[in-house]
Amino acid sequence: MEQIKKLYDWLDNRTGIRDHIRETLFENVPGGSRWRYVWGSTLTFALMIQFITGIFLWMGYSPSGQTAWESVYYINNHMTGGHFLRGLHHWTAQVMTVLLVLHLMQVVIDGAYRAPREVNFWFGVILLKLTLALSLTGYLLPWDQKGYWATKVATDILGGTPLVGEYLKTLVLGGSDYGHHTLTRFFALHAGILPISVIALTAGHIYLFRRHGIHPKKPLKGPDEFFWPEQVLKDAVACLAVLVTVLVLHFSFNGAHLDAPADPSTNYPARPDWYFLFLFQFLKYFPGHWEILGAIVLPGIAMTLVFLMPIIGKSEKGHKFNVGLLFGILVFAAVLTYAAVNADKNNESLQASKAQAEREAALVKKMAANGIPPEGALALLQGPKLFAAHCASCHTYGGEDGLGGKVDKPSAPDLKGFASREYLTELLHPERYGSEKFFGNTAHIKKSKMLGFLEDEFEFIEESEMDQLVKAISAEAKLPSQVNLDKSDKSDIEAGHELFEEIGCVDCHALGGWNADDYSAPDLTGYGSREWMMGIVHNPEHERFYGSKNDRMPAFGRDEKLTRKQMERIVDWLRGE
Amino acid sequence: MSKENVSSQEDSQPDRRDFIKGASCAIGAAIGAVPMAAGVRVVLDPLTRQSETEGAAEFIRLTDVSDLSEGEPMKFAIVEDKKDKWSRYKDVPVGAVYLLKTATQEESETSISVIAYNTVCPHLGCFVDYREKEQDFFCPCHDSNFDLNGKLVKGVSPRAMDTLEVDEEKLKAGEVWVKFQRFKGNTKEKIAL
Repeated sequence: MEQIKKLYDWLDNRTGIRDHIRETLFENVPGGSRWRYVWGSTLTFALMIQFITGIFLWMGYSPSGQTAWESVYYINNHMTGGHFLRGLHHWTAQVMTVLLVLHLMQVVIDGAYRAPREVNFWFGVILLKLTLALSLTGYLLPWDQKGYWATKVATDILGGTPLVGEYLKTLVLGGSDYGHHTLTRFFALHAGILPISVIALTAGHIYLFRRHGIHPKKPLKGPDEFFWPEQVLKDAVACLAVLVTVLVLHFSFNGAHLDAPADPSTNYPARPDWYFLFLFQFLKYFPGHWEILGAIVLPGIAMTLVFLMPIIGKSEKGHKFNVGLLFGILVFAAVLTYAAVNADKNNESLQASKAQAEREAALVKKMAANGIPPEGALALLQGPKLFAAHCASCHTYGGEDGLGGKVDKPSAPDLKGFASREYLTELLHPERYGSEKFFGNTAHIKKSKMLGFLEDEFEFIEESEMDQLVKAISAEAKLPSQVNLDKSDKSDIEAGHELFEEIGCVDCHALGGWNADDYSAPDLTGYGSREWMMGIVHNPEHERFYGSKNDRMPAFGRDEKLTRKQMERIVDWLRGE
Repeated sequence: MSKENVSSQEDSQPDRRDFIKGASCAIGAAIGAVPMAAGVRVVLDPLTRQSETEGAAEFIRLTDVSDLSEGEPMKFAIVEDKKDKWSRYKDVPVGAVYLLKTATQEESETSISVIAYNTVCPHLGCFVDYREKEQDFFCPCHDSNFDLNGKLVKGVSPRAMDTLEVDEEKLKAGEVWVKFQRFKGNTKEKIAL
């Protein structure tokens, strides 16, 4: 103890720290500590949470077109504690907005903006705007559908500013369209310029607050007290309440949402964060060139009036006007927010696209768990999206359209797990071959001899033999999920090859060397391999596949319905690459 | 040096003092301006750069006329090669279009025409939905409503849906080729970007 005191004396002697601490702790609170003085401290606390969590998120975040969503996904779904860290940052931002409004209300109601505190009030209003700017820029950073489409609306509004709009938009986006530099610029704003401004202004805000002293609410409730410890305890309890609120929100909403990666070709009902909803709703009432009125002029007037509050509020009448104005704005915002939420609830097509977006988000996260290719997660989703657009009018994938949607009347085989052992075992069962899941709704069921062959032979083939046969055919696919199985079952696969000839499959199908003269049914050499699948998608009417017996399958490659890259994406996805 | 000394010195040597003050401020401003100007110049780069996507838009093949069903808009993703700063992408989705096939009878001849719409709302850039039940296009953001001819029925959009050029020659040959372009948002006129 003696040592610590000595050290403290030594430090004080060189820095004068004792006086600073005294000044900080023993600030006079006229009329004693009160709960209504806690808002500033809770905001400082919320800001501190944002700095701490933000910097740690920074350590895992990578702003670019192919890495933003991917790195946020990785933080959120794979890093230990990442989900919680992101949830804290997200929900504190929400709570902070509410606290800002409460702080502003308290200051306005108490008339704490009056002389000599005008400048400090202005600092506060600028801080409010900076915080909203932080929210807006942060919304885009995950580069998911939600952030992308909502921010697009915001930057288009910016682009509508008279004269300078287009230039400002180009500067903010870092180009004419959304891309890498949109992210790097938003990130530099979000984690650099805005926080530095917030720190500077907060320092000024607190300095001026200390210079003027607390604005006491009359009538005073008791004798004066020092800041320490009475008010500090109240502040601490309030901060604890803020933290608990954030935690409750985090756990009840299961962290912060992450949508599917940004995709300019997929519809998404753009919505801003809830506290901007009223501005969003407001725009619905301003047609065409009046939009600028709703987007810029009227909010600008409201903001200017708020800014002028200390001057308007010099008289008692003016003060009443200020209080009325603030409540007016808040009630107005609440009504518009309600209208926006209500309109969305009753909008069927919006609910449908929302559900679709949810399914895509779940799907891409599941696929991303196996690793994301360097082109980014959007490429990952191209397979199922192309399947849904081009294949799902006939085929299904696990009974769905590839994106988790319904398929009305499937007329071609389901392709989930195509060429895998499980798939073939089921396919080669006579009762299943002709079912709706496989060839039941195709012309092949009547035209080809396959079903008859299965019905005749199936009961004479032993289960273990069937197993070997399936293993042999499935091995042709070289599926990534079966690489090790294929290696360890070498003898079974060889036996399967022999059975293929013994049973008579070879009378129609080739397995290990196809030519047009000897085989009438699809070639099974390399069946299910990338090359084979690219071939059948390119042209199923090729003799190697269905030839003239092809049912309705289009020749996607031959007829240029899909590019090679697109076909590869579908095939790779089906094969689970 | 005491304060009086300083002020007396100032009185006696006003030119020198003024020079020192001026020089300090000038140097201070200059050394601050250099890094600031260096940064600002780079930030302004997009304003002076020719857009990467610029250059005449080309027709791209989307589908066959026979694959479209009459009177029902169908959505097609626009997949293009794209350059974004240091990245060159092959075949990435850059947008989408609705294709609407209509047939008109003129005497005994049926002429097929295909209209192509950019799916982006001319208001603030949201993705416009096609609603089968209502037989219209509907922007989920600010509720603009367009009929199947792209005309604004109700809502805040300043103009009709943006149509895209369809290659007439190819159309006669049964193929749909569309020139994909973007347009400036929220203006009365349709201005290609």
